[in-house]
Parts: sequence; structure tokens; C-alpha cells
Amino acid sequence: MTELLKVEGLSIGFGSDAPVVDDVSFSVAAGETLALVGESGSGKTLSCRAALRILPGAAQVRAGRVMFHGRDGPRDLLGLSERRMCDIRGDRITMIFQEPMRSLSPLHRIGNQVVEVLRLHGKASSGRGRRRVLDTFARVGFADPERIWRAYPFELSGGMRQRAMIAMAIVSEPELLIADEPTTALDVTTQAQVLGLIKQVQKDIGMGVILVTHDLGVVANMADTVTVMNRGHVVEAGRAHDVLGDPAHGYTRHLFAAAPAIPEVCELPHEADDRDLILEMTDVSKSYFVRGAAPWSPKLCVQAVRGVSLAVERGRTLAVVGESGSGKTTCARLALGAEPPDRGGQIRFRHASGSDPIDVTALSRDEKMAFKRHAQMVFQDPYSTLNPRMRVKEALTEPLEIHRIGTGAERLDRAAEVLRWVGLSPNMLPRFPHAFSGGQRQRLSIARALMLDPDFLVCDEPTSALDVSVQDQILTLLEDIRDRLNLSYLFISHDLAVVARIADEVAVMRQGLVVEQGVPEALFHDPQHPYTRALIAAQPEPDLARPIDLGIVAQGAGAPDGWPEAYRFTGNIAPPLSVVAPGHRVRCHV
Amino acid sequence: MAILRFAVMRLLTMLATLVVVSALVFVIINLPPGDYLSNQIDELRATGQEAGIAKAEFLRKEYALDRPIWEQYLIWVGFAPGPQGFSGMLQGDFGWSFEFDRPVADLVGEALWLTILVNLAAVLFVYAVALPLGVLAAARSKTWVDYTTAFVGYLGLATPNFLLALILFYYGHKYLDLPIGGLMAPRFEGEPMSFEKMRSILIHLIIPTFVIGTSGAAAMQQRLRANLLDELSKPYVETARAKGMRESRMLVKYPLRVAFNPFVADIGTLLPALISGSVLVSVVLGLQTIGPVLLQALKSQDQFLAGFVLMFVALLTLIGTLVSDLLLALLDPRIRFGGRET
Repeated sequence: MTELLKVEGLSIGFGSDAPVVDDVSFSVAAGETLALVGESGSGKTLSCRAALRILPGAAQVRAGRVMFHGRDGPRDLLGLSERRMCDIRGDRITMIFQEPMRSLSPLHRIGNQVVEVLRLHGKASSGRGRRRVLDTFARVGFADPERIWRAYPFELSGGMRQRAMIAMAIVSEPELLIADEPTTALDVTTQAQVLGLIKQVQKDIGMGVILVTHDLGVVANMADTVTVMNRGHVVEAGRAHDVLGDPAHGYTRHLFAAAPAIPEVCELPHEADDRDLILEMTDVSKSYFVRGAAPWSPKLCVQAVRGVSLAVERGRTLAVVGESGSGKTTCARLALGAEPPDRGGQIRFRHASGSDPIDVTALSRDEKMAFKRHAQMVFQDPYSTLNPRMRVKEALTEPLEIHRIGTGAERLDRAAEVLRWVGLSPNMLPRFPHAFSGGQRQRLSIARALMLDPDFLVCDEPTSALDVSVQDQILTLLEDIRDRLNLSYLFISHDLAVVARIADEVAVMRQGLVVEQGVPEALFHDPQHPYTRALIAAQPEPDLARPIDLGIVAQGAGAPDGWPEAYRFTGNIAPPLSVVAPGHRVRCHV
Repeated sequence: MAILRFAVMRLLTMLATLVVVSALVFVIINLPPGDYLSNQIDELRATGQEAGIAKAEFLRKEYALDRPIWEQYLIWVGFAPGPQGFSGMLQGDFGWSFEFDRPVADLVGEALWLTILVNLAAVLFVYAVALPLGVLAAARSKTWVDYTTAFVGYLGLATPNFLLALILFYYGHKYLDLPIGGLMAPRFEGEPMSFEKMRSILIHLIIPTFVIGTSGAAAMQQRLRANLLDELSKPYVETARAKGMRESRMLVKYPLRVAFNPFVADIGTLLPALISGSVLVSVVLGLQTIGPVLLQALKSQDQFLAGFVLMFVALLTLIGTLVSDLLLALLDPRIRFGGRET
């Protein structure tokens, strides 16, 4: 087998520090897929960029050789002149980046940005180039290539932008495609479709692919060979079959253990008769009015949440699962009284079992303050939720100050105690947030939410910005403090596998509606709704025997009028939520 | 089509703003007690010149200065009939300058055009200097190029304009034989426009443009550099590099285009800053712009003259913002299609 790209003994460092990529070697064969696996900071992205020579300015390649055996004979990429390198970049070797939202220039039309690749490499006059780009758009699954040609990036959704990026990367029919976490920022069903698309294109063009990812599920679905990296070193490499089937290195096994998976075992669902509910949302809707195209055109009404009924039992976890735009975050905001629901909905909250319920939708100023002592929130992005100019102790004691609880010394004691609960040390109190890693920051924001001794936490995607092994720790922490402090969670997530682990009940949302609801065992073992099935099917699992079934994904994740008869929406009218089994409800015609 | 509608909307709001500004200007000018004529009458009384008093009293009637202030305002703008019927700014009658005893329109005629000329030249100078220097400083950040441009820029910011003017006059005259003061050779003043006169004006423009524009250019260059550095770290720049674009071409097509927005938006604030800033410079350099006229008019409460000059400056400012808004909409699809986003 011929090696298309061979990286040998690559070392990269910043300034005079120890190298962050140390003696790394990997290779990819023509037509095959190499998965570079590792957590953030493992050096996988740097290694790839070094091959294209687009490293950040401060990074220097200290040693190593990158050989590219393309159609034009072997080339040493690190030794080429910048001019020759420009000929290879974008033509022979192309790259797709992680953030489709920001990887396209906001001010240029998509067509202009894609056809530019052909122009730069002298491949096409404007007329032929345009035809070729339109063909590529059709190939990556755009229904209306002409419209995409004229569109600006902000007019497209994340998945569509990533398709446009793929189109840009394959329009010149490269020999090697480097995809740097191409689906990390996307919803699972979109991820499944984008992965399928990359695979399809690879087969058509016969190009090699280097897939940089942290997700073993993605690896299992895509890779022929795997290289696992940790802290700048290659710890394990081999055929996907061998590495995934029987990981030899401890780190790889650790990654496997941390990867969440949808359970296979089926337990009997238990259904209590009279439940002690801490939060009860009944028939809650929320509409937003969006400004029209011009000041005088009528406002558009967007229904973010439509007639949702949810109940959180004391000491348990209700998970709301859905993709971006499904209304799950709006649900969380409504539950916390951050926004009033539309008329007719009811949200009741009982802070202690047996206490009088309060109506979250109609709180006075004082009641709202009191309510906030009982209900707190943990946010998604631990990097932006902590004020970089506030020390940990200030961030933690601030809620107590606002609610005028305790003296300064008592507040500090409380902060130290809560820090211990979340597994951090009290001597971190005087530090600033930048001194902490992502996982530690998420622990800090959990600590902040716990400062007021709440009964109810809303967790809005608390782990989606974290590495898998850190995600595992945070989930364990959340479970631990839930049981210790008898907390109740409303857990918002897009990740079914995470939910499978922590939730006692799951509600799947799509377009503002709950389409299926039940205990996780019932939901995962016997999913009824096509959308739930698509979500489960799209979840990449680190198991070669269970590849993603794109057929199920495409059907369920498509428009609701493409669903089977029993589930189909007619216009804007959805079927009712019907009970199919005890504690298991599905939106369908029975 | 959308852009046309946008332009019309902006034009309408601009007119409304102009009306509000006119009211403010009029009120502020009339804030100090008395007016030019009543001051003059008092002075004439004190010196016993009865003949002059009669004329001043006549002028007070003629220009409705004896009426309540709101009526004066309406007459001044031309919304209400005055002693000569409708004859305000809307009708093209800018009033009478008591200080110079001539119609305002005659008085400022040429100064207006010279003001526009000087400031336009300064704006062009600001952009012509700030654009290449800012881009260069960002592209070669943290090198001697960056530090040198920053040093020169701060020097430009920190040097008082009049001092810069004096220095430039001295050396300009000594080595380059550039003329000192004024905007044209004295023999062309009041002459009709000719090729010779034009040439004289252009040569006289060199130093004022430099003096008025330097600090603006330095500030804008620093702003452009900062914006561009921000943009350079964005992922789309990396995408462009991965396409195989050469660095310089990539720089111009992508990040510069985005960093251009604040640059363009600055036109709106640049014009008024230059005009008010250039009043002092005009006095020092002896430029025949409306700057010195305004200063004199405000000192002596020559209200129609002052009002007209202030309205003219306001109009220039509004035109500047209008131009920058339209340019922004043309440059940035996100602004153009702003309403479409949800």
C-alpha cells in the first residue's frame, strides 16, 4: 500500500518551552481514513496544521519530516518554498475546520469563496468554474445550488455551512482532506449526515482523509487506521479494528471507559403513583415576535415552545433532549422564571415537600428573590460564565452578598466548604478563573450555583464544551451532589448518551414540541417516534459493529411532514401526545 | 431595491434631525441675554449717537428681533411669515450679518466652498495615510515597522496642531518654498475661478491638510491596526490560508474587508471633529474658511451669521453619517439584510 502522507518524528514547540508535540509519527494511505484521536491539548490539531504549514505564528517545528506522495511525485512539505506550498494547499491537500459558523468570511457570498479555490490554482475560467462549483454543491447535498451560490454564510444553518466548507474542500478534487473536528459543533443528526457525506465523497474521489476528533464513536464509524495521542505523544496506533476492538494502551482504554453510551440493558420502568414534584410545568407555550425585514412589515411570530408539560420529581433528574432550535433552552428559562410564558401556561414550584406551591409565572420582586435562592442554573460554557476579573472567592460569595446572607467570614467559610464539595481545594479561593482548566471551571460554576443552598438546579448543557474524560468526571460530580444534597435537576442536553446516564426521565423535543417522553430505559430500548430513533441512530458509538444507519437518521431528522403517517404533522397541527405504555408517551395518532 | 429604500428612510430621519438641530442651535445662540442690536443700541445711547439708534431700531423690526423667541425661530427657519413674508433659510434667505453689515450669504459664499475643500482634503489625507500604515502595522505587528508607525502616529497625536503648523510653515517655506498662510495668493482673492487661482489654492492647501489631518490619521491608523489584528486571529482567515492564498492577497480580500467597517463608520464622526478642530487651525493659519467667521460671530452675538454657520456644520455632519451608513450597508451584507436574520 502506498502512503499518501507520512509524518515522521515531528516535534513542535512554543518559544523555549518543552515541545507540545514530541516525536509524533503517523501516516495515511491513499483512499483511506486515518483518525487522530485525543483530548484537547493532545497536539493532534497542531500536528495536522504543521503538515499544511499553517501553524500559529509563535509555534515552531523543531524536528521531523512530512512527506507527501501526491500525483506529482514525493515532496517534502516542510522543505518547500512558501510559493510551492501555496500550490499544494487548497489544491492537493485541503482542510475543513471545526467551527463552520466562523470559518467562512461573513462578507463574501458562498459561491465567491468556493470558486476562489479553483481560480487560485488556475483550474477554471469563471464560467467553467461556476459550473463545477454548482456541481459540487449538488454533490454535497444542496437542493438548490444556485441559491447557495448567492447566499451569505449568515443565511445558512450550521450544518449547511459545514456542507459548504466540504464543498470548498473537495471542489479541487484533492488527494488528501484534513478534517479538524468537522462535526463537533453540530447536532448529532447533522453530524451523522456530514460524516456520511465525507465518506461518500471520499469514495467518489478516492482521496485520503485525516480525521481529527476526540469522539471514539466518530472514529468507529469513519476510520481505517487510528492514531491515539496524549500530551503530544502518540500512545497507540494501528488498524481501527485492532485499536477499537482491543485497546492496548491504558490511555485508550481510559478514553473508552469515559465515552458515554446508550445502555443496552433493559430494566423495568418504575412508576410511582403520587409523585413529590418540585417543579410542574403544565401546557406551557412561549412565542417570540421577530422584527420583519423592514420597519413597516408585520412582525413574525416564532413559537419556541408549544404546549409543553413537564414535571420534575424531588431528588431526581428530568432531561430535556433536542437539537439546536428545539426549544429546550427556552424551557429552562421558563422554568427559572427568566421569561414569562404565554398566557394559559402554568409553572408551579414547591421548594420543600408539602409546602405551598408558588406560581413562577407571577412573582413579585421579593418572591422572585426568594425563588432564586431555591432554583439556580449551571451554564454551558465554563469559559465565558466566570468573570475573568473576579477572583474565585468574589465569584462565589457574590450570590450571598446579593441575598444579604451571613457576614464576610461566614461567606468565605461557606465558599471553602462548597469548593470542597465540588472536588476543589479551598486554597484556590484567591485565584482568577484563567488559572483553571475547562473541567475545573465547570466545577467552579457548579460551586457558584450551590452557594445559596438551592433545591433545584437547571443544568443547560453543562458538559458539551468539555473533553470526554472531563465530561465523565463532571457527570459523576453532578450525580454525587444530587444524592448528597437531595437536589433535583432539569438537565438540558443534545447528547442522548449523556442523558442516558444521568436522567430518571427524558423528554425529547423537536420544534418546540415534546415528541416522546418516558424513562430512559423505555425510550432507548423501545423508541417509538421517528425523531427519537434518528437521534439514537445518529449517536456515534465506539463500536465497529454498530455503524450509523443514515437511512433512519435522514427520515427522522427531516421535516416533520416526511414522517410516517402516524407521526406526521399536518401543516402546523401536531398529533396529540398519547400514552403507549406506563410512563412512556409519544406524539402520534393511535 | 432594499438599499434604495434604506437610503430614503435615512434621508427622512436626517431631515428630521436637521429640524431638531436648528431649534437647538437657535436656542443656544439666544441663551446669553440681549442680542447684537440691543447691545449696539445700549452702546449708542451711552455715547449719545441718536441717529444710529434709529437705524438699529429699524433693523430690529425688520428682522423681527422684538418678537418672542419661538416666533423668531419660526421666521428664521422659514416656517412662519416674518415682516417680509416667508423669508427664512428654507427660502434661501440666510439673514443679515449685523457685524459686517452685509447679507450672510454674500459674506460666507466663498468661505463655504473653501471650508468644504479644506476638510475634504483633510479627510482624504486621513484615509490615504491611515489605510496603508494601519494595514502594514497589523501585518507586521510586533516588528520595527509596527513600532515605527506607532511612534510617528503618537507623535502626530501629541503635537498641538498650531505648533505643527508653525513648524511646517517655517521649514516648508525655507526648503520647499511653500507659501505661508491663507488659502490662495492675495491677488486672487475675490477673483473668479481660473486655472492660476486653482493652482494657487492647491499649493496653499498642502500644509493645512497636513496639519488638520495628522492627529485624525494617527488615531485612525491605530484603530485600523487593532481591528485588523482582531480579525487576523479569526478562523475564516485560516480557511483562506488553507485554500492556498498568498498572504498579501488574503489580507486584502478577507480581514481587511471586515476591519473596514469601523473605518467607514468613522467618516460620520471624522467630519465634525475635523471642522471644529480646524477652527483654531484656520485662525492660526489665516485660512479663509468659516472657522474664524464663526468665532467672530459667536463673540459678538451676530446671531444670523452664527446660526447659519452652525447649521452648515450640522448639515455636513449629517451628510457624513449618511454617506458612512450607506457605504456600510453596501459593504456589509449583514447590515443590508439585517431584518432578514432572526
